[in-house]
Amino acid sequence: MSTHAAIDVIVSDVVEVNSLIKRFHFKRSDGGYLPAFSGGAHIVIEMQDGDHIRRTPYSLMSSPLDTSDYQCSIRRDDEGRGGSLYMHREVKPGMAMKISPPANLFPLDLRARKHLMIAGGIGITPFLAQTSQLERTGGHYELHYGVRSAELGAYLDVLGDRLQHRLHTYFDDQKQSMDFDALLSTQPAGTHLYVCGPTPMIDKVLNTARAAGWPESHIHFEHFSKAAPGEPFTAELSVSGVTVEVGRDQSLLEAIEAAGIDAPYLCRGGACGQCETRVLDYEGELLHEDHWLEDDERASGEKIMPCVSRFCGKRLVLER
Amino acid sequence: MSTIEYADFKSRPFYGVLKPASSVAHLVVAEGEGAQAVLDLVAKAPADFASKATLLYAEGPYVSDNSNREALRALGFARFHTSATAAAAVPRLNGTLERLRMGTQVYLTGNESALSLFVKVCTDAGLDYQGLQTEHRGSLARRMQCVHCKGITEEVTTQPAECAHCGLLLLVRDHYSRRIGAFQGVNINAEDPSDVPAKEEIFR
Ligand code: FES
Repeated sequence: MSTHAAIDVIVSDVVEVNSLIKRFHFKRSDGGYLPAFSGGAHIVIEMQDGDHIRRTPYSLMSSPLDTSDYQCSIRRDDEGRGGSLYMHREVKPGMAMKISPPANLFPLDLRARKHLMIAGGIGITPFLAQTSQLERTGGHYELHYGVRSAELGAYLDVLGDRLQHRLHTYFDDQKQSMDFDALLSTQPAGTHLYVCGPTPMIDKVLNTARAAGWPESHIHFEHFSKAAPGEPFTAELSVSGVTVEVGRDQSLLEAIEAAGIDAPYLCRGGACGQCETRVLDYEGELLHEDHWLEDDERASGEKIMPCVSRFCGKRLVLER
Repeated sequence: MSTIEYADFKSRPFYGVLKPASSVAHLVVAEGEGAQAVLDLVAKAPADFASKATLLYAEGPYVSDNSNREALRALGFARFHTSATAAAAVPRLNGTLERLRMGTQVYLTGNESALSLFVKVCTDAGLDYQGLQTEHRGSLARRMQCVHCKGITEEVTTQPAECAHCGLLLLVRDHYSRRIGAFQGVNINAEDPSDVPAKEEIFR
């Protein structure tokens, strides 16, 4: 049910990109090619962290035209549940791991006359894959990339070589910022907009685009909410007849999986809708953190997205 | 005016009613009786709508009076161009789309054949069809593609209908190709070409 079987891989390289970011390379354990993917796709990396398995989605940044390995750049998040910390501290070349096959929730719309890409910080990773793809297949695009400083701006050199004048950089420490109004009011008809980065930046770009009259179908954003840590809670799973304890640094989905139940998922970031689960009964508060459910569905208290959302209260019964 | 009965066929385009959008600029493309939809649109819009808008109007090939054209001219569009037919409006529409900026709302209205053509020209320019506003006015005549020779026949009113290119007698289906902007026509008497079903004028 969890879509596809995991792929056995070996960590073939770990490269320190800068003080916050490491790049991980994965090759198939059996030496073959990894599955084909398109720019914008992500994989879910399985981490055996102590006694529980953590599964976290990361964008693929390597070229879709070369599947001899997969590469993900991961920024260390000291406040997160520990997925990135695990990757930074524990994962070494030669280690055997499991990853999911790629899935793409942030694909290029190839009908576009032009692709306008806006990245903030580590949000650059899907665009590394997409620009590799477009370099090969052709296509009109430009990339606007905001970083804290030249030192913390990952892949400025690679992108500079690849994109030349199509790369526009903005350095926070030099007080440079993107003028979204100007950018979004001067694009030729037929442009598709892609944005990935910190949530406030995504929101600002989306609001500006909508206010400027961009139709929804031309607006694309990568909006993984990372499952956040939270207070422990208990969930009863009515179909399986088990009760699971969800730890502070565990997501509800991970706790369900830890009980041996194969629950559906795709993005593990509250964006794709795959993990949607019916709430049969609860006494307390559902803490929704996804970008999937509509407001009325949330208000109904009948659904929850266990990959990112949590619960606070006495009793929670799920149809799982 | 004919109204469309929407059968339960997924690919069949669905048209709405034009509503003024709050965008910075507007492009309106109308054919024939679509003139009335433009008048209705402007009547609902803020006073400065026409001053921020371009109107391309295809009068239709056989109009004898120019009352529609003059009524539209009186609306005071910033740019107003007319053509004899929908097909004749295409070069100017292409040129206009080339210079258009994202954030301009596009409105299309006219008979079904013209709408098919206008939507296709816009999507070929990279605009997603979901961002276009459309309203059907006038006849239900269809733009049809012969699935055998791929020729396009405009303004098809009968069922079955002859392909204007290869001459096969075609069943005009509700199956619609957005890429081509046409309903699909499939040979109706392939087994026995001497079996010629009577034509009925149903797309009026
Ligand atoms: S797995 Fe995608 S929303 Fe939960």
